[in-house]
Amino acid sequence: MKTLVSISNVVTAFGEMVVHDDVSLSVRQGEIYGLLGGSGSGKSTLLKEMILLLRPRSGSIKILDYDLATISPSQATQLRHQWGVLFQGGALYSSLTVEENIQIKLLEYTELPLKLVKEIVHMKINMVGLPSSAASLYPAELSGGMVKRAALARALVMDPKLLFLDEPTSGLDPVGAEAFDKLIVELRDILGLTVVMVTHDIDSIWTIVDRFAVLGEKKVIAEGSLDEVMQTEHPVIDEFFRGKRGQMRSQSGK
Amino acid sequence: MTQATQRNIAKIDQRHIDGAVFLTSSGLWNVHSLNQVSKQLEQLVKTIKNTAIEWNISQVEQVDSAGMMLFIHYYDLLKSNNCSIQMTGTKLEHKKLYRLLRKHVAHCSISKDQPSSSALQVIESVGKTVVSSTIDVRDFLTFVGENFIHLIYSLRHPGSIRLSAITKNIEEAGLRALPIIALTSFLIGVVIAYQGAVQLEKFGANIFIVDMIGVSITRELAPLITAIVVAGRTGSSYTAQIGVMKLTEEIAAMRTMGFEPHRFLVLPRIIALMIALPLLIFFADIIGIAAGMFISHIHLDLSYTEFITRLQSVLPVKHVWIGLCKGPVFAWLIATVGCWRGFQVSISTESIGRYTTTSVVNSIFLVIAVDALFSVVLTELGI
Repeated sequence: MKTLVSISNVVTAFGEMVVHDDVSLSVRQGEIYGLLGGSGSGKSTLLKEMILLLRPRSGSIKILDYDLATISPSQATQLRHQWGVLFQGGALYSSLTVEENIQIKLLEYTELPLKLVKEIVHMKINMVGLPSSAASLYPAELSGGMVKRAALARALVMDPKLLFLDEPTSGLDPVGAEAFDKLIVELRDILGLTVVMVTHDIDSIWTIVDRFAVLGEKKVIAEGSLDEVMQTEHPVIDEFFRGKRGQMRSQSGK
Repeated sequence: MTQATQRNIAKIDQRHIDGAVFLTSSGLWNVHSLNQVSKQLEQLVKTIKNTAIEWNISQVEQVDSAGMMLFIHYYDLLKSNNCSIQMTGTKLEHKKLYRLLRKHVAHCSISKDQPSSSALQVIESVGKTVVSSTIDVRDFLTFVGENFIHLIYSLRHPGSIRLSAITKNIEEAGLRALPIIALTSFLIGVVIAYQGAVQLEKFGANIFIVDMIGVSITRELAPLITAIVVAGRTGSSYTAQIGVMKLTEEIAAMRTMGFEPHRFLVLPRIIALMIALPLLIFFADIIGIAAGMFISHIHLDLSYTEFITRLQSVLPVKHVWIGLCKGPVFAWLIATVGCWRGFQVSISTESIGRYTTTSVVNSIFLVIAVDALFSVVLTELGI
């Protein structure tokens, strides 16, 4: 299976503080890949490096066959058309309505007739489970869950190959989080997305993530499917999966 | 990869055989390559009515949701034109995507309840503006009322007055404003002296420059210019500070802890500015007159001693007092408008900019309006 994201020997440091020391992992086409780790383990930093917001000190990151260290500005633009990013807080543009937020990429980068753009936008709004009345609202008027959904619709509007999610279910209630997880799986199955998500929601790891990496102590402690990771003996993994919440989760099964 | 080359752009061909229409789609049907085909289809739905259509899509290489939406849109239009459509060459992936999107196609037509004619729109917008300004005035009066209640509370419980906040605000609004006030009032003094000197020289009435500078600076110009500078400098910062605190929910947090924002944020600012502005005006008086004296010396050969002796005899102290008394009034207006607009900031970052601008515009306007009122009333009273 094709590898869409490959990170090898990445070292990241801010001044003296080393965040990643020789981190390597790879994401295959069509899978939902999780980045797991405690607070401060550098998972969000790694995500930022993947989406060209930060540069690692050394090591290489390849996304969709583009090497981010040597990528040219025009290639970067092409690459940015092929991914969608969902930020933790949604990062909707506060001066635009939900509809304008979602359509902005279509209007900027394609020459589709406005009528079709509107139809696509309304379909996406519906698809992520927002009521159509939400289209004319401003981000400030939305609840937390609605912001996440609107931001997902915005990330999906160009039918990206690769979807980056930064803690997609944080701040959602359990029912909302489960629905969001289901939505992501459904979209992956039908649109053929590859999803990279930063999460510490243990339920998401159990139910929707195909493979994941556990970051800790500046390194990748374990990488693979749930069963493979569970076989690794490491205090961090013990904490995550053999702690109280992890045990409850594994007893209740999939 | 997604950029469509000329070769595999989305295409549709039509052939008419025995009254039936055969459509054949090919190419990439994705967001980047649909422009041409959407125009063709638009033409197509206008001409084809009540016919049988066979639509072959086996040559379509790749479809994304934009492509599928385009298909769904025109498929529905053709159906509503009474055409029977038979699809051939559909693949499993097409069907899956079709089913997903079909489920979510919004059936709502976006309702527009705006009046149609432009005349009505003008009336509507005038009406909206009038209503919103009335609400503004009412809100402002409410704010002033609340503020007075807290002021009375503070006067009855002097221990609750935040002295440290007041001194900090005096430093910020008064002390740090000295350089810019010095510069502006110096320049105003220079301008007045120059313009006056040219006119007075014609009559040989050089000595009257002292009367002119003394009265105009102390009574009118120093208070007005200082207030305008302070409105731009301090009024805007009050709005922005309180606005950001509102955005970050600091104000809400204060309320939950029982720290009344009026007592902790608004009153110290208003009191501080009411103390600082008269002092700044006095400072501006001195600098402005000194600048005038300096120019008179250079331009009209009026010695400093002559100027000061003349000034003592022609400038009654009431003019200085009138100028200084405007200070607290202007300060109250600037600080109250600044704080009030800050509390109006709603949950978007954009509104901080909007309300800061409005706050400065409002307070400068109010300062000038009240100054005009002062002029008329005091002149009528013969003061």
